[in-house]
Amino acid sequence: MSQADFRGAASVAVGDVQLRGNFRRAMDGLMEKRAAQFTDADEEGRLRALGESIRSRSLARLPELLEKLEASCKRNGIQVHWAETTADANQTVMDILKNRGARTLVKGKSMVSEEMELNHFLEAEGIEALESDLGEYIIQLAGEMPSHIVMPVIHRNTGQIAELMEQKIEGAPYTEDADELCQIARKVLREKFYRADAGVSGVNFAVAETGTLCLVENEGNGRMSTTAPRTHIAVMGIEKVVEHLQDVPPLLSLLTRSATGQHITTYFNMISSPRRPGEVDGPEEVHLVLLDNGRSRIVSDPELKATLRCIRCGACMNHCPVYTRVGGHAYQAVIPGPIGKILTPQLQGLDERGDLPFGSTLCNACVEVCPVKIPIVELLLRLRAEANSPTGDSSVKGSGAKRDKTEALLWSGWQRMHASGKLYNSLSRVLAKTGNLAPGFMPPLSGWTATRTKPRFASQTLHQLARKRGVPDE
Amino acid sequence: MSEQHRSRIMERLRTGVPPTAPVESDFSVISEKQWPLSERLLRLRQRLESVNGRVHECGRDAWVAELQKLLAGRKLKALMYAPGTEVGDELDESWDRSDSALPALLPALEPDTDIRERVFQAEAAVTGTLGGIADTGSLMLWPTAKEPRLMSLAPPLHIALLDADRIYNTFWEAINQQRWAEDMPTNALLISGPSKTADIEQQLSYGVHGPRELIVLIRS
Repeated sequence: MSQADFRGAASVAVGDVQLRGNFRRAMDGLMEKRAAQFTDADEEGRLRALGESIRSRSLARLPELLEKLEASCKRNGIQVHWAETTADANQTVMDILKNRGARTLVKGKSMVSEEMELNHFLEAEGIEALESDLGEYIIQLAGEMPSHIVMPVIHRNTGQIAELMEQKIEGAPYTEDADELCQIARKVLREKFYRADAGVSGVNFAVAETGTLCLVENEGNGRMSTTAPRTHIAVMGIEKVVEHLQDVPPLLSLLTRSATGQHITTYFNMISSPRRPGEVDGPEEVHLVLLDNGRSRIVSDPELKATLRCIRCGACMNHCPVYTRVGGHAYQAVIPGPIGKILTPQLQGLDERGDLPFGSTLCNACVEVCPVKIPIVELLLRLRAEANSPTGDSSVKGSGAKRDKTEALLWSGWQRMHASGKLYNSLSRVLAKTGNLAPGFMPPLSGWTATRTKPRFASQTLHQLARKRGVPDE
Repeated sequence: MSEQHRSRIMERLRTGVPPTAPVESDFSVISEKQWPLSERLLRLRQRLESVNGRVHECGRDAWVAELQKLLAGRKLKALMYAPGTEVGDELDESWDRSDSALPALLPALEPDTDIRERVFQAEAAVTGTLGGIADTGSLMLWPTAKEPRLMSLAPPLHIALLDADRIYNTFWEAINQQRWAEDMPTNALLISGPSKTADIEQQLSYGVHGPRELIVLIRS
């Protein structure tokens, strides 16, 4: 497997003027909409504190709540499956489909199914898995990954989407009218909803107390996927559980207002059981697949567990100066942006994605808007330290993978120099005389000078200047 | 397989999750949202209209007449409804079947037919609601055996009847006062406007998968 490289991909992306324009417009719009939702700073602060408390409580009691969720679901007739890895989760889905004789399925939007790469897996098994969220449907046509967790096709403008749909959908005319494009997709997907053997969805919140799976959406494709087919399979990360039903409304409010600046989405869909006797629609079977894939390791770290408070609103990426300039694909990860930079390396390991925590300016914009107050910047720093750990002795996967002996030696020299006045003085004097001789066009300086002016050492050190002015030397 | 996975995951969690002091949640930021009925009605109305919902207020016994007035010019062939529900029975009783400008009433359920086939072809459906939410402009629906889930989703036009005195301040208040947690239905829904998407370059489009139009009749 080729090593993912954020730095390389990002420097290509910043050169793409069209892409930067698409993201700039979209992110400006989203920031404005969120700001219009939180005009009362007191309300915002208290609601975020409430959201944080609910998610922290859920994680602190995770083992107990998962057992409770399982018991409640079973009592309601929902079948619960556990999967340690994405491969296990895929196989579980496949087994359910086989048991039900299902050959086709429609999917609601789910980041966990992206993490599982469920579509690829099912395709290889001869199952047709069709994305039904409009944005996800379009990127599936294009064979791309989502570039944003809430607006998956935000990297393409209308013309680019129109071209794609004309090419890929039989009989579709070229049109740049968004309504017409929606109606083309509606026609194709209606037929699929009607015929599909099974529906797959994610889960925004799972309520332990009642065994209820909650889904947040605007389009109605999530309701279609979980209502029309005979079988519904919901996939979720184990961290998504909340304790009480009354914990849901504040999280829902934080989620929609932070994500798209809506008071609420069109649909909030709460599923607590398969079709009951006498009912005429809804799936006959509902399955819940609980995926770990590294989460139980993350939740064991008192600091890093905050990562799992995330409710996937995307506000951190909407407000990120880096994300806005490079777009979602540069991250080469299912979840891009600030939350992706702390989550992906923990799930996949610092050996694979140790590059991500370094791709940040630490400006704190993400932390200021996070609805559950995840200290993203602190966690980025922690992961940078973990990546450079001299021992590699840590619960973080791939700890120490980025440690570079030369760099470590340089820093220990730096440390020694600053600990000794004599050494500091003599070295800075030498650099004032000879430092400017280092050639700017060659490594290591060329990495800096390729896009910036070469910094110059002053001919006299600060100490020398101060002494000349008569500042007493202590 | 699932059993082994379960025990290994639970084992990791039981040994791994560090014990922490209990976390308290203060819901006052939500519970203090309280408005008089007239303002709840106004808020719900404004919120719904801001997302392209259409709201009509009418007297308690005048809603069928109001609905007939709204549908008279629309050239709908049939209006799906749910006989045996409160809404369905009132429609059955008062619908003017002699007026050819009005759609015929189409029962949601017919023996030996698949509800999916009927509802996917229906042009419009009318349902009841469990109440409304002022804070977000939402309707609460608990579909039933008589009034199936797809009725509020598949037809291009959804008409919902809401009693003004069942408009709650917040969703949180509604689930607590109605004690939802004690007995959840198969499916509970909040509906806040017609189906919409902004996935194509953030341009708002209605009716992408669900209803293109939502009409709410509020009776008081």
